[in-house]
Amino acid sequence: MTAPTPSSAPSFAQSVWLVTEREIGSKLRSKAFLISTGILFAIALVAVVWGGFAAQSDSRIPVAVTADTAGAVSSIEDALEITEASDADAARDLVRSGEVDAALVPGGEPFGYTVVADDAPPSTLMQLLSVTPPVELLTTDGVDWALRYFVSLGFGLIFFMAALTFGSTIAQSVVEEKQTRVVELLISAIPTRALLAGKVVGNTILAMGQIIGLAAIAIVGLTVTDQSALLTGLGAPLVWFAVFFLFGFILLAALFAAAAAMVSRQEDIGSTTTPLTFLVMAPYFLVIFFNDNPVVLTIMSYVPFSAPVGMPVRVFLGEAQWWEPLLSLVILLATCVAAIAIGARIYENSLLRMGARVKLAEALKA
Amino acid sequence: MLELTGITKSYGGRRVLDDVGFTVAPGRLTGFVGGNGAGKTTTMRIILGVLARDGGTVTLEGTEVTAADRRRFGYMPEERGLYPKMRVLEHVVYLARLHGFSKPDATARATALLEELGLGERLNDNIETLSLGNQQRAQIAAALVHDPRVLILDEPFSGLDPLAVDVVASVLQSRAAQGAAVLFSSHQLDVVERLCDDLVIIAGGTIRAAGTRDELRSQHAQRRFELVSAGDAGWLRDEPGIEVLEFDGGYALFDADSDEAAQRVLRRAVEGGDVASFAPRHPSLAQIFKEVIQ
Repeated sequence: MTAPTPSSAPSFAQSVWLVTEREIGSKLRSKAFLISTGILFAIALVAVVWGGFAAQSDSRIPVAVTADTAGAVSSIEDALEITEASDADAARDLVRSGEVDAALVPGGEPFGYTVVADDAPPSTLMQLLSVTPPVELLTTDGVDWALRYFVSLGFGLIFFMAALTFGSTIAQSVVEEKQTRVVELLISAIPTRALLAGKVVGNTILAMGQIIGLAAIAIVGLTVTDQSALLTGLGAPLVWFAVFFLFGFILLAALFAAAAAMVSRQEDIGSTTTPLTFLVMAPYFLVIFFNDNPVVLTIMSYVPFSAPVGMPVRVFLGEAQWWEPLLSLVILLATCVAAIAIGARIYENSLLRMGARVKLAEALKA
Repeated sequence: MLELTGITKSYGGRRVLDDVGFTVAPGRLTGFVGGNGAGKTTTMRIILGVLARDGGTVTLEGTEVTAADRRRFGYMPEERGLYPKMRVLEHVVYLARLHGFSKPDATARATALLEELGLGERLNDNIETLSLGNQQRAQIAAALVHDPRVLILDEPFSGLDPLAVDVVASVLQSRAAQGAAVLFSSHQLDVVERLCDDLVIIAGGTIRAAGTRDELRSQHAQRRFELVSAGDAGWLRDEPGIEVLEFDGGYALFDADSDEAAQRVLRRAVEGGDVASFAPRHPSLAQIFKEVIQ
């Protein structure tokens, strides 16, 4: 064993990267993780494609007309699939055979035509044919209610799932090292902060990978199913979401690592990470219940823990000024720096304390 | 030379180390003995920098030990443990890389060391599938893979069968022969006695005795002798300056108050009959230990 000695001690960054590599490698080797990610991607793909087909599906009403009645539907022909029949009897035959839902045949007062249908009046067609007075809405809503709901739900759900999945991963990984006692060996080789940083970076890369994967599926899916209008509207919010998620997750990861360091066994993780779990779930529920409440959304978009959901939703709804995401991002970054400092202190103070849960006050002590 | 001077450490208000100082010389095995809670693990953690000390210094060749120096320290914590789901080779390579080796170097060294320790067949098995004895070997590989100058081993022999004790002992001796400074703690005083060149005895957070094994023995040697003779040794009881501790026919164990008294006993024994054996009885480490921790 006279092989080369280490030429130089690895730098802090190299140590961090080694931990990062191990963290990612061990996760990618977990079958449970690969399968659940595969299922998540599949669900996302199905949702986007199904949405596309639903939007495209032909909802035009098949209607037969004759030369005399064609004029009656000229103003609404976009909503109809018009078949021109040679005469009234031919039109009736088309209805009878089920090729069309209804036929307009000449005759009948006061319209000059009669609607022929099989066994029930074609209500949609009747509405289209009715004359409605012009309506002026004083409040216009740029975004359809359903779209608003589903986009909010989407951001909320993705944030919640990704943050919780990888927050739990980092917590388990910290406790695993304590429980198996390998941590003492690790921190005798590299600084504690390098170990913490490597874990945070590794899990952030994994979480971002999942987010970017989902975004790619959304973009490709929307393009393929020809929903480019929605895609244009979602582009900027998606980018903001990715940026906010990146820092929002680092913030949570540092706190999850610190909380987990306070316990010594996997069974006890819940006792310190539960408050964080609520913190991760809160934006999801808030955005579902309050996506039409501008005040709540505005507050959400500035509170660092909910900004990754709140701000992209507001950008999507067109409610945010151009500078608002930037301001919120600065607040998030500052919180992130503070959380890393506090998290690192708790982590350092708790890592070698085995047995009973470390009290927060003690963990924070210098 | 690794040197500790005036190390103190308190938990809460309780002082667990008080003015702890001793040296660990390169090329030698230093045994670190003490009862449970005497401060062995705390001292070792402080040497490794895993735990912060309240006062005192740890120096290597006269200069304060830095993080860079500690990269060349090998450590076996009392609480064993490796990642259960990592493969043996991969795990040892990972630790070597944390100590600053490049991936190819780390792989070559880890492979050679694991083969030396008899784990050559298990390189790609997960740690959790190894038997306890083999996990212990992997743990030793983890402490040695980066060719440390200073080896700190907390209870390296606990939980090992006698065969494995010999394997570990010979590995430690070969490392010391290559110039490493080796400090290890153990409850197994017979093993320590057999292996150690130097000894440090700690009790209640203070160092009670430190020095070479032979020095300590002679310091604590009472003039205790063992006599095995053909005749009855009962006359010993009446010799001035002799205190008989054990007696059985021709066998006697006694303390003499001077070398002259001992020699007088020998001469008289030879006059009285054949003497099969007359020898000074060295105190065992266990005896010294009991004596100094009181």
